[in-house]
Amino acid sequence: MELLPTIWFIAIAVLWTGYLFLEGFDLGVGMLMKLFARNDTERRVLLNTIGPVWDGNEVWLLTAGGATFAAFPLWYASLFSALYLPLLLVLVALIFRAVAFEYRGKVDSERWRNGWDWAIALGSFFAAFGVGAALALTTTGLPLDANGDRDGGPFAWFNGYAVLGGLAVVVFALVHALAFLALKSDGEVRHRARAAFVRWVPLAALPMLAWSVAVQLIAGKPWTWALAAVAVCAVAAAWWLASRGREGRPFMALALFIAAAAASIFGAAYPVVLPSTLDPAFNLTVANASSSDYTLGLMSIVAAFGLPLVIAYQAWTYWVFRRRVSTDVIPAAHGFLPAIASKVLAGTDGAAAGDAGKAGR
Amino acid sequence: MDALEIARWQFGITTVYHFMMVPLTIGLGLVVAIIQTLWYRTGRPEYLRMTKFWGKLFLINFIMGVATGIVQEFQFGMAWSEYSRFVGDVFGAPLALEALLAFFVESTFLGLWIFGWKQLKRGVHLACLWIAVIGSLFSAYFIIVANSWMQHPVGVEMIDGRPVMTDAWAVFTNNTALVAVPHTLFGALGVAGAFLLGIAWYHLWRRRHDGIDTVGADGRLIPGEAAIPGRDKADYTVWMRSLRIGAVVAMISFAGTALTGDLQGKLMFEQQPMKMAAAEAACHDGTGFSVLSVGNLGGKNCDDIVAVIEVPGILSYLAKGDFTTEVKGVNSLLPEYQEKYGTHLPDNPLYGDRAGTEIQYVPVMEVTYWGFRMMIGFGGLAAFAALLALWVTRKGTVPQSRWLMRLAVFGILAPFGANSAGWIFTEMGRQPFVVAPNPDMNGIDQVFMFTAAAVSPGVSAGELLTSLVVLTAIYAVLLVVEVRLLVKYVRGGVVSAMPELAHAATREGAKARADKHTKDKDDGGTPPSAGGDDVLAFAY
Ligand code: HDD
Ligand code: HEM
Ligand code: HEM
Repeated sequence: MELLPTIWFIAIAVLWTGYLFLEGFDLGVGMLMKLFARNDTERRVLLNTIGPVWDGNEVWLLTAGGATFAAFPLWYASLFSALYLPLLLVLVALIFRAVAFEYRGKVDSERWRNGWDWAIALGSFFAAFGVGAALALTTTGLPLDANGDRDGGPFAWFNGYAVLGGLAVVVFALVHALAFLALKSDGEVRHRARAAFVRWVPLAALPMLAWSVAVQLIAGKPWTWALAAVAVCAVAAAWWLASRGREGRPFMALALFIAAAAASIFGAAYPVVLPSTLDPAFNLTVANASSSDYTLGLMSIVAAFGLPLVIAYQAWTYWVFRRRVSTDVIPAAHGFLPAIASKVLAGTDGAAAGDAGKAGR
Repeated sequence: MDALEIARWQFGITTVYHFMMVPLTIGLGLVVAIIQTLWYRTGRPEYLRMTKFWGKLFLINFIMGVATGIVQEFQFGMAWSEYSRFVGDVFGAPLALEALLAFFVESTFLGLWIFGWKQLKRGVHLACLWIAVIGSLFSAYFIIVANSWMQHPVGVEMIDGRPVMTDAWAVFTNNTALVAVPHTLFGALGVAGAFLLGIAWYHLWRRRHDGIDTVGADGRLIPGEAAIPGRDKADYTVWMRSLRIGAVVAMISFAGTALTGDLQGKLMFEQQPMKMAAAEAACHDGTGFSVLSVGNLGGKNCDDIVAVIEVPGILSYLAKGDFTTEVKGVNSLLPEYQEKYGTHLPDNPLYGDRAGTEIQYVPVMEVTYWGFRMMIGFGGLAAFAALLALWVTRKGTVPQSRWLMRLAVFGILAPFGANSAGWIFTEMGRQPFVVAPNPDMNGIDQVFMFTAAAVSPGVSAGELLTSLVVLTAIYAVLLVVEVRLLVKYVRGGVVSAMPELAHAATREGAKARADKHTKDKDDGGTPPSAGGDDVLAFAY
């Protein structure tokens, strides 16, 4: 067995799980901006539940990507180049989403806000779908040649697994976000979120479980089948706890669900990191795609102290912002007050004030 | 255009764009942290105002750095898969460490800073900003370690045709990186300096223009008050102090870039002699630094180029530290390169249609020559302008001239130009290599890669063109949005970042223009109170 590459395979699976768990709910909250929130105040409640943490969550994706590059350069190169167009879509989605969070409140106009709200909702949707599709394909295979390059043109990656994986992450993100809102908000939003969670969670777990079963059927082992069963139990527990009015525990049950599902999927795929659908001889595996032991050893040392530190201070952030957000604490949007409003001062030109005023509406 | 060319354009455009946001993030972040520290220690209200105002602009810009950085990280795998396979063992590590040790820190602690004004103790809140800023310095360090390895590979051995890391210490203390990091950071400070200077100048000018500030008989400024929230006497102090800080920062930055740039020049002379020659458009060996060369710089025939004005000795000083060493020109370097690395690209399918074609060892000299001069020129210009600004404002304000004000505002662009020019020069001067060979004989001469071999073989030109067009278009639109928002908040002055100032004024019954806004009352929400809304208003 390849010890260090295996450790890094596990580390990357952990990073992806962390990403799905953390950014899962903020992607979901992003989609709920259009599916759930009923007015602008509610949308701002939604935004403020994830405001302090979404960027930190997104870095889990960057770290998963960077760790793949460092630990398995061949996996990184083949996967990212084969999925060129879907990843472009993910990038565009993430660009708009990030910018939208920061800019939507900066101009006080209905159209402006509405536009950025769509950017958040669609950006979250496409990011979730694209990441899900990419992860599904890295576990079920791509048409790669001997060099690891994609055969068959820009859309050769497209198949049912891609759709299944995309769907799985999208609907998981949605119910995960409902569980999160029940925990983080108050009043109307909280109650509606809890009710919606109870209604949707059984259905929403299905695509993820189907993806897991699909991978089990290709390469399952007894222990990964067992993990898939754990995932089923976890989601049942989440549903049961939520229907009895709990809020914290269903959220944690979902954490168990995503961890077990991800472990069952990555575990079944191991030791293959990216199968070739053309010829199993071209499969990228933990052994043939990894960096040298020297590099992996170095990274292990840094990660061994770095990752717990990250988890510690991110946990602290959640603690600092533990207060529930409700419509009551959301102030009316600020009208923009340009300091340079020379109308007040007779005799000076009003052009600048006019401009600033216009930009403010 | 074939796939390779499109991929290069895309990398160049997206990176230069990313690096417009980056230096402002690094430089302004540092400045805001220093200002907030001053507030923490003195409690003076003008420092709080400065923190909030510059902090707001910092955040508007920061987010664009985040959004465009993600593209950079994915792009290596998407468009440059052969490159990623070749260098992954060494190059991936700094990238992964950057995410793990720097990006997490930056994003998490900045989130705490933005939303934590009320939740955190003052000292803890300040510490969060400092931690985020230090995180951005670390991210600069890691990414430049990665880049420097492409300029000057160290710490590896060739195993099965790929460089494998054998000495991490050598990689992370690469002398190329140790001088490029401070050079880049000083360059970033220059951006922040000119930014503060230009914007503060505008506000000081505007206060005079609006008749708020007046000048006494001795030529000294008498700050006044207008009955508009935020345009009181303290507002004057905010701008005057910002202007001085900006000017000093800009001058420090230039001194720093010049000192470290000098060290870089000496390394470049040893490590990438062809880049040095191309920076000078020097065909023949010599000692003179060209102030102006004419001729067909882009042409293949080097002998067309004539140096019109040349200062003898300076080139030798840049390269070696004395005034007599002959610096090799293109004509003597070319045969050396051809002998060492071949005259034609190998007949390897990696090179696609380019296999077997002649290798162009001379970078595009128009770009390297002018890139080098624009970097130094724009940086020097900004520093000189900063010195003049300090002199002109010694009596406490700026002249009434509208043109000078415009010049100060447009001067903000100069350090941006210097930074972009520096990178374009560095990166294009490295061509035709994507990993330049390390000519040190005890080093690793055979670790190099031609750019022509680096692009993803499986990705079609159509896909690359799609992404080039899509990303460029989005970037263009977002640049307009960002600049307009910056302009809006600059015009808004301090109150735009501190609505509580306006509310305070309202309570006192001053003649303030109250929040006209009456939409969104459907929530029956409480009217904004001076205390309660700040946390949320600062962010969304
Ligand atoms: C000298 C500094 C420097 C240089 C040369 C680069 N960057 Fe950068 N980058 C930063 C300095 C920086 C920064 C100042 O640290 C940013 C700006 C905003 C931020 O969050 O961090 C950043 C953001 C940023 C992000 C987003 C981080 C987040 O979500 O918080 C990524 C993924 C990258 N960068 C990746 C890259 C890559 C792959 C580069 C090389 C081609 C690159 N950057 C060049
Ligand atoms: C660690 C940081 C960086 C790395 C790893 C890096 C790497 C690369 C790579 C792989 C290419 C493509 C191959 C090529 O065409 O040369 C490239 C090209 C380029 N890079 Fe960088 N780069 C970095 C930083 C930057 C920065 C910060 C800038 C500018 C702001 C920049 C500007 C360019 C330009 C203009 C090109 C196009 C050159 C050409 O194709 O002729 N690079 N760089
Ligand atoms: C007298 C002044 C300066 C000198 C002698 C100088 C010298 C250099 C040299 C030799 C390089 C290329 C390094 C290499 O390719 O190996 C470089 C790169 C660069 N310069 Fe300068 N420079 C000066 C001023 C500035 C200023 C004022 C700025 C920005 C405000 C700046 C920004 C950059 C950047 C961003 C790079 C590319 C990144 C790097 O290699 O560090 N430089 N400079």
